[in-house]
Amino acid sequence: MCKECGCGLGGGDVKIGVPPHEHQHEHGHDHHHGHGHHQHEPHVHDHGPQTLTLNRSLMEKNARLAERNRGFFHAKKLLVLNVVSSPGSGKTTFIRETAARLGARLRVGVIVGDLATDNDAAKLRTAGIPVVQITTGTVCHLDAEMVSKAASQLDLDHLDVLVIENVGNLVCPADYDLGEDLRVVLLSTTEGEDKPLKYPPMFHSANVAVVTKGDLAAAAGFDRAQALANLQRVSHHAEVFELSAKTGEGMHAWLDFLVAQHATAPSQREVPRC
Amino acid sequence: MSEALRMAEAAAKSAGARRILKLRLRLGSLSGVVEESLRFAFDVVSGDTLAAGATLEIERVPGACWCGTCQAEFACVDFFNECPCCHNPSGELRRGQELEIAAVEIDK
Repeated sequence: MCKECGCGLGGGDVKIGVPPHEHQHEHGHDHHHGHGHHQHEPHVHDHGPQTLTLNRSLMEKNARLAERNRGFFHAKKLLVLNVVSSPGSGKTTFIRETAARLGARLRVGVIVGDLATDNDAAKLRTAGIPVVQITTGTVCHLDAEMVSKAASQLDLDHLDVLVIENVGNLVCPADYDLGEDLRVVLLSTTEGEDKPLKYPPMFHSANVAVVTKGDLAAAAGFDRAQALANLQRVSHHAEVFELSAKTGEGMHAWLDFLVAQHATAPSQREVPRC
Repeated sequence: MSEALRMAEAAAKSAGARRILKLRLRLGSLSGVVEESLRFAFDVVSGDTLAAGATLEIERVPGACWCGTCQAEFACVDFFNECPCCHNPSGELRRGQELEIAAVEIDK
């Protein structure tokens, strides 16, 4: 269940990939401590309230799994991106073009999250990109456990970059670390300059902000200066790129950035994070 | 909320509690959590647990950022994190995103 919107309360319907055959997944140990709690008869002198101090984060399970993912991905020498945006900002096209234009420089694999359908995965697969679809059912975001299971279905040893296309949503995914190196938020020219101001937690949490659909800027009456000022205000620590995945304009700088990031050892990457 | 209850019940059971009287949560002002929704969720999911009928106490933690230029902390109420002294944006949010279970009060 998501802490923001209570999604997935009905839960339990996350599907990962097309199950080729039934196999036992190695689930993250969820060990209930089995020391048989001796059911002491309540002693009279034990009555009365007692306070147990816990001081634990409610997100600690996801945080722990995300760190495990991060360590695993680093060992595999992968650069991992968590791509987030509102629905329709052009995540799939952006990822497809990124993979295609990187060509032989870096091999890209993708994990795609959506509530339903594997349309995005099909688009990427048609382009020859290794992809696993996660359909989350009622859950509005991906979490570290889903990513871990989906990643096990990709041949990671033959990849350099793992792109996680999150569920189109600018609210809840902000709170879920997936074990990525870079969180990449998209802002398309067709959706308004003030998105960063309307959804500050997401834009604030991003390491990279990409203004997409540059080819439609004029038609949409996109106020570029205002958009960049808004990004600067909320995502002040983020790298900003402006591009059009469709025409290829501005893609070079983005691709060079990825190549440089991939060549840098994880411990030396400067990824400002708040 | 179900995660808070899971942690609370595990701790309470280990301590041999018969029931949970009170859950104390710590919520940052920038955690994005709406207190009313949390209380509503608590009522919904606590029904069949040791915490049925327990009090939910919520401690709020105000947001605080660190300004590297002024070498000082300042209070922040949003994600714009602009230092009130030098007007530089801060990249370091030190408090305000907490979503924690602080303690449970049990009855043995």
